[in-house]
Amino acid sequence: MRASHLLLAGIAATALGLTPVLAQESVKIGVIMTYSGQFADAATQMDNGIKLYMKQHGDTVAGKKIEIIRKDTGGPAPDVAKRLAQELVVRDKVDILAGFVLTPNAMAASDVSDQAKKFMVIMNAATAIITTKSNYSTRVSQTLPQVTETLGKWAATKGGVTKAYSMVSDYGPGHDAQGGFERAFKAAGGEIVGAVRMPVANPDFSAFVQRAKDLNPQSIFTFVPGGAQPAALGKAFAERGVNPKTIKIFGTGEVTDDAALKNMGDAALDIITAWHYDHNHDSKLNKDFVAAYKKDFGGDNPNFFALGGYDGMHLIYETLKKTGGKADGDSLIAAAKGLKWESPRGPVSIDPETRDIIQTIYIRRVEKVGGELKNVEFDKIENVKDPVKEAMKK
Amino acid sequence: MLPPALGVLFDGFAYGMLLFLLSVGMTVTLGMMNFVNLAHCAFAMLGGYVTVTLMNRFGWPFFATLPMAFLISAFVSVAFERVLYRRLYRASDLDQVLLTIGIAFISVAAAAWFFGTIQQPIQMPSYLRGSLNFFGLNISVYRLFLVGTGLAVTLLLAFALEYTRFGAQVRAAVDNQRMARGLGINVDRTFAVTFAVGSGFAGLGGALAIEIVGLDPSFAFTYLVYVLIVVSVGGLGSIAGSFAAATLIGISDIAGKYYVPQLGAFLIYLVMIAVLMWRPAGLFGRR
Repeated sequence: MRASHLLLAGIAATALGLTPVLAQESVKIGVIMTYSGQFADAATQMDNGIKLYMKQHGDTVAGKKIEIIRKDTGGPAPDVAKRLAQELVVRDKVDILAGFVLTPNAMAASDVSDQAKKFMVIMNAATAIITTKSNYSTRVSQTLPQVTETLGKWAATKGGVTKAYSMVSDYGPGHDAQGGFERAFKAAGGEIVGAVRMPVANPDFSAFVQRAKDLNPQSIFTFVPGGAQPAALGKAFAERGVNPKTIKIFGTGEVTDDAALKNMGDAALDIITAWHYDHNHDSKLNKDFVAAYKKDFGGDNPNFFALGGYDGMHLIYETLKKTGGKADGDSLIAAAKGLKWESPRGPVSIDPETRDIIQTIYIRRVEKVGGELKNVEFDKIENVKDPVKEAMKK
Repeated sequence: MLPPALGVLFDGFAYGMLLFLLSVGMTVTLGMMNFVNLAHCAFAMLGGYVTVTLMNRFGWPFFATLPMAFLISAFVSVAFERVLYRRLYRASDLDQVLLTIGIAFISVAAAAWFFGTIQQPIQMPSYLRGSLNFFGLNISVYRLFLVGTGLAVTLLLAFALEYTRFGAQVRAAVDNQRMARGLGINVDRTFAVTFAVGSGFAGLGGALAIEIVGLDPSFAFTYLVYVLIVVSVGGLGSIAGSFAAATLIGISDIAGKYYVPQLGAFLIYLVMIAVLMWRPAGLFGRR
């Protein structure tokens, strides 16, 4: 009896005594990600990026202690993401929402951010229009058209091709990627000789590749979701005798990420991709970042998810420094607009108009360096804005 | 020069052989033992992970891993059969579904825990890569190998069921369990072995599938749909039916993607609906 009373009293005292103090001294960040399910690895990388930044820069900014509350959506689940965002805002009283591997989840949480006026940092989800859904959201990753339009223009002007065949997965991001590439490619004088949209749940690419090959196009543009598919597609190219040396293959960074390269082997050589980050990027900052990441997380290379988490935390720390620790949505978003910093991927900034990221897009080719397949950067386009929102302005 | 249609037929047939390997075990358990085993593809996935682990961590050659994929899947499945499945042989379909789908979910989580959700890398030996040029047709070496394996397994199974003593016992146990018991056939043991062999082939199919479709923890569910289609189109319990159905589904899938990519992967569902309207028990179904 007495023991339980004591316990209750203890709990009450803790609740009464500590909560107000914490509220004054801490900034709470609610991180919503896919910690479990099919996209768990992406969330792990992103979470590692967050942990690494906090380890390097401490957990106190502008006199406030940073507190992270992690929530799992288990996959693409907009309803869950929305509920979690609401719980975080109403019950846990977070000041900032962050994370978001997938677009549907980010879209759903944007409503909460907008209505509750909470600062929201999108660390990956790459559909262009997400940032228009809340006046308090910003993004540190990339938008898909930012990458594919850049690639389309590059392919037609510097890539030495005038005709392209497009193969993309038949879902939102695939359509975005195709649209971006085709618009820019045609605007720069190129011609699309054919296009196919492949089912998202697609186990065997051989028929699609054979069809493309029979047309003997000068080049092929491709976009498939990361994970299982890039390797399967790459293998289908090799098996059908589509050689990237004779028929150029263009894609986004997912197509040749580390896991995909390991799977494809030499079939991947000479595939050209556009992307915003690769762990082989040559800069001192990036080398330090990669070394620190590998040391802490079992020797894995950081990918763009980890970078998103790392840069997202950097943005949060810098905006809090600017506001002197004030964590309301209006102050933070004002501080974020126009923020510039040197990221491991290179110089980046937040567009004051659209709150989206402006960055360098790298054109890379898969080459064998020291017996290992790598994405080697050989051209770059600086200060790329999201083209979709640029077009919306007009 | 041969017309591209032959290439499409060949690719479809090779893909069908893969589906056949994956589904033949399900045909046996569902058709002969009347047990709904939705965890079937979990055993296929296990075979895939066995191959990947042996190749990447222990440096085994690809061919040496295939028997291990078969054996380990078979042994693990027999452990499940003895401990869990056996209790539900006479239970309702719903109970069986609940148990086995639970096991499938657990297998997905377990695979993600041990191997992560990423795609498993695998490098085929050089003699299985690339393609042969056969009168202007591109014949992939690996697919040729798949076709060979699929045909060999079919012949082996058909022979074993028709001409061996064990095959006769299996057929007897399926047709009339009480009578078979009365004749002194150990029905429990027969079913356990049958189940193990079916899962073993699934494991082999899983190992062979990696090169074509990749391997990640969602494998246990991605392929369940295809396997169920093959089994229902072929007719429960008929190995010849499974073979025919797998070929039909494989070819229509590839042909659909090649000639009418707008329909994409949807064509196989149309084929399934058409076949089942024509013969509700499946191509070779008896009930």
